[in-house]
Amino acid sequence: MIRDAVSATARNSRRPLPEPEEERRLLESLRAGEHAAFETLVRTYSGRLLAVTRRLLRDEEDARDALQEALLSAFRSLAGFQGEARLSTWLHRIAVNCALMKMRARRCRPQEDPIDDLLPTFLPDGHVERGAVPWREGADMMLERTELCGLVRGCIDRLPESYRTVLLLRDVEELDTEETARLLGITPNNVKIRLHRARLALRGLLDPHLRQERV
Amino acid sequence: MDCREVIEQFLMDYVSRALSPEQEAAFDLHLAQCPSCVNYLRSYQETVRLGGSLGAATPADEVPESLVQAVLAVTRQ
Repeated sequence: MIRDAVSATARNSRRPLPEPEEERRLLESLRAGEHAAFETLVRTYSGRLLAVTRRLLRDEEDARDALQEALLSAFRSLAGFQGEARLSTWLHRIAVNCALMKMRARRCRPQEDPIDDLLPTFLPDGHVERGAVPWREGADMMLERTELCGLVRGCIDRLPESYRTVLLLRDVEELDTEETARLLGITPNNVKIRLHRARLALRGLLDPHLRQERV
Repeated sequence: MDCREVIEQFLMDYVSRALSPEQEAAFDLHLAQCPSCVNYLRSYQETVRLGGSLGAATPADEVPESLVQAVLAVTRQ
């Protein structure tokens, strides 16, 4: 029955997210233990969840493993989900958490690359060493959208891991400071410091591609 | 307030409107005298915007059917 409510042909993981009312009906069917409802959940949301795990994890196999773990974790936790958030939001948090767990499990580099080389430098009098040049207006109008996404993603992937993760969680996945701090086991103040440095570094990496040419 | 303080200490809070009125006034005073920091501020804001659009714009990915079937098989048990 719930298949009819959400879509009997929810085989395409790229379909639009259901409206809140559809989500509520889906949740009711999930709570009633209808396995067809869980299949609908998997087919409706897993495409977006895979995009999340791929953004956080560089390795494709890890991203798929994290998605699988997230779906199974959601299945096991359904009874405890009271609907206090949207189903899509709840699933997003689970996928982020599973991706972070996978990231921790794979972390084997004892020392991280320093970020200092990517940050702005200053003269002894406090002036910035190389004056900032304006960027082209509406940067995303200047480049093809997919090209711009690839550029931004590529620059984010060049950030040291601890900075890259904070930037992804805060600016891309849009988690708040407190939740990011909790997930990473660091203080909210540390999140703010890392986020700012990550943004400065990302800005520096994007600058050569987006700055206006000097005439 | 000099460029270093503007960029390293106050920029993020300025963008998120978390500075005190006095700090914001000092920040604005510096901007009025420093075109480089104006450019820096704008490109920093654009950086944040581009990051956010990356999440919103990324389409859902195609999930391998084998993965879907594996999950469904476990949850049917």
